[in-house]
Amino acid sequence: MKTKLIALSAVAALSISALAAPLTFDFKDPKGVNNAVFKLDAPLEAINGSASGISGTVTFDPANPGATKGKIVVDAASLQVPNSMMKEHMHGAQWLDVANHKEITFEAKELKNVKSSAEKTTADAVGTFTLKGVTKEITVPATLTFLKDKLAARTNGQMKGDLLVIRANFAINRADYGINPKAPTDKVAETIDLTLSIAGAAPEK
Amino acid sequence: MKKALQAVAVLVAVAAVGIWLATGAHRGWTKTQVEKITVDEITGIEGRSYEKQFVAGAELLSAGLLTAVTLAGISLFFRDQTKLKTES
Repeated sequence: MKTKLIALSAVAALSISALAAPLTFDFKDPKGVNNAVFKLDAPLEAINGSASGISGTVTFDPANPGATKGKIVVDAASLQVPNSMMKEHMHGAQWLDVANHKEITFEAKELKNVKSSAEKTTADAVGTFTLKGVTKEITVPATLTFLKDKLAARTNGQMKGDLLVIRANFAINRADYGINPKAPTDKVAETIDLTLSIAGAAPEK
Repeated sequence: MKKALQAVAVLVAVAAVGIWLATGAHRGWTKTQVEKITVDEITGIEGRSYEKQFVAGAELLSAGLLTAVTLAGISLFFRDQTKLKTES
């Protein structure tokens, strides 16, 4: 009887620790839906585009969302605009220099002002943002939505597990990252508005 | 020559306006691809992809109209052939 009780307690403890353990979400989306949108709204010209080459991992604990950490990587070559000539210029050395700076990254180091309700968490993610080889510490307001057991619905039952949706809106200054700082601001806005909409998967092991 | 230039000017102007209207009367720059948005039902994320499609922009319309005006202007330097015949 005593042995059975010990065994049961051990199983229960293991189950609780498994439930409480942080989950690692992979943001390489096989559906290709994850995206980052950028907008530059200058008085004479508005430039809108998006990037789809998203990858990275985020460690999220549903019981402690404030401990979330991770790194999101955007493939710089995946940045698109509706005009092919404009895209060529944007990828060129004067602007993003995609050939030499292949990745745009944000590494979240800590979350501040964390507010959680049901499956949603809002917080200010403090971390390092790297663009065109320049790294700066920034704070990004983000919303994290934990979708428990929703991976199966997204993969037509092929995989079981959880999903984590991250949405973030923030702005950076073009000149801070050496993106053609001499370009006239009436044609190319100094502020770049960025919107990140990504979903990561944590398959059951 | 005068009439030929004027006819070409009208043709260029009509073509520029026609192409601009037919591809959506877009007031921004010319697009060579358009964004297609699809919503992921589970996550609610709006996925973005690009499809090849030509959309004439305002600069193409302006260039067409400017060419037409220039041709019409050049045509004024030529004398009217019918007038020349009647004069002689």
